[in-house]
Amino acid sequence: MQQQSNTYVIIFSVITTIVLGGMLAMANQFLKPRQQKSIELDTKRQILNAVTDLKGKKGKEILDLYNQTIDGIVIDINGKNIEDSENGTAITADKVDVARNYKKPPEERAYPVFIYHKQGDTEAVESYIIPVYGNGLWGNIWGYVALDTDLNTVKGASFDHDSETPGLGARISSSDVEGRFKGKKLFDESGHLKSVIMLKGERNPENMLDIHHVDGLSGATLTVNGLNSMLQNYFEYYSAFIKKASKNKVAAL
Amino acid sequence: MSTETLEKKKRESLFSKRRKKFIVDPLNDQNPITVQVLGICSALAVTTQMKPSLTMAISVLVVMIFSNLVISVLRQLIPTRVRIIVQLAVIATLVTLVSEVLKAYQYDMYKQLSVFVGLIITNCIVMGRLEAFALGNKPWDSILDALGNGLGYGWIILAVAFFREILGSGKLFDFPVFEAIGIHNFPTNGLMVTPVGAFFVLGLLIWVMRTRSGYVER
Repeated sequence: MQQQSNTYVIIFSVITTIVLGGMLAMANQFLKPRQQKSIELDTKRQILNAVTDLKGKKGKEILDLYNQTIDGIVIDINGKNIEDSENGTAITADKVDVARNYKKPPEERAYPVFIYHKQGDTEAVESYIIPVYGNGLWGNIWGYVALDTDLNTVKGASFDHDSETPGLGARISSSDVEGRFKGKKLFDESGHLKSVIMLKGERNPENMLDIHHVDGLSGATLTVNGLNSMLQNYFEYYSAFIKKASKNKVAAL
Repeated sequence: MSTETLEKKKRESLFSKRRKKFIVDPLNDQNPITVQVLGICSALAVTTQMKPSLTMAISVLVVMIFSNLVISVLRQLIPTRVRIIVQLAVIATLVTLVSEVLKAYQYDMYKQLSVFVGLIITNCIVMGRLEAFALGNKPWDSILDALGNGLGYGWIILAVAFFREILGSGKLFDFPVFEAIGIHNFPTNGLMVTPVGAFFVLGLLIWVMRTRSGYVER
């Protein structure tokens, strides 16, 4: 067969496609379990990161710590506990896929609350961690916000993103930026939701950084806008639960 | 063809003088970044720190070696009319493999590098070497050429990352260098953390290298 003939070109292309496609499919199959483990570890690391410092801790230690200190409940938009999922099986906070729930209308979503307690003592609650999810500039952004037992003060936050610009929007996941949320408050004195708002631009004067505002990221205004509406939305979704739980902490458990 | 057969008779050593040139040239006189000004995009983007730069350098090196090898082995079979798309398919496959492996074993790095691993596909250095070298040379020579150019790319982004990380964050490989030697108030330069910093460092580097080699763009 002539090497420049159409038939040759077509056959060559087909074979190339099949071989390369097959290689990718095999690699995907082979690496999938390992990747899922990495993702699970990463999620748990993020949840814990909102409440404690994980510096120097490795994979297994993080999983152990998670098992010993994190508990969870699932609630609906009205703050009522959900025990069973739609198909009747018991539902746990770990199993709720926040990203998938995000596609449903807010009233129908299941909202997990992770409860961080002292090692081995489920009664000694130290903070409530709520997941947040939204849109950044290029893709989804998400995170976990840890609230103190007063369910008003932010104890810590950890954020992550799918494809924000490295060095700009991607900085929301750096510990320095996450740390800015510490100590901020969600509600004002009269109990209205004010959320925590990241300002536009960086190095804002101190007097602008009150209990509801944190310093922004220069060059990442659109990501920051996404972050702000994500926080605002989710604090609203959880506000029924927050009101209930702060009235009666034990009932929430 | 005649020179090739001649060389074969002499049984050229694996690292003959001619072959050494494949590796040494791209490190300096024919450097893909500073002389040919290819692959600038990723050189600006990933070089805020040493660690992602190292991962990137290794990834590019791996992709280059294997794509050069594959294309060189198939060079008699690839129809000229579709050679570009075949090169692209091979590169894309290898890049996806690298990205999947990173996702499985280096998840943090995978997240940090995000789109830039995928963008190795469009790194002109990789495709440039396939088109300019691997299509017309034997596998071993092609591997050496890939090694040379991959390292040429790698050492430049590592050099840029070195200056950006140490001046921008006062660290090297996340290790606080200045605190370790007792300087606690080292003024870090915010400019170095932004991509603009990379332009400055890279520009100076190109200047120095071109002054030394006397290379002038024509």
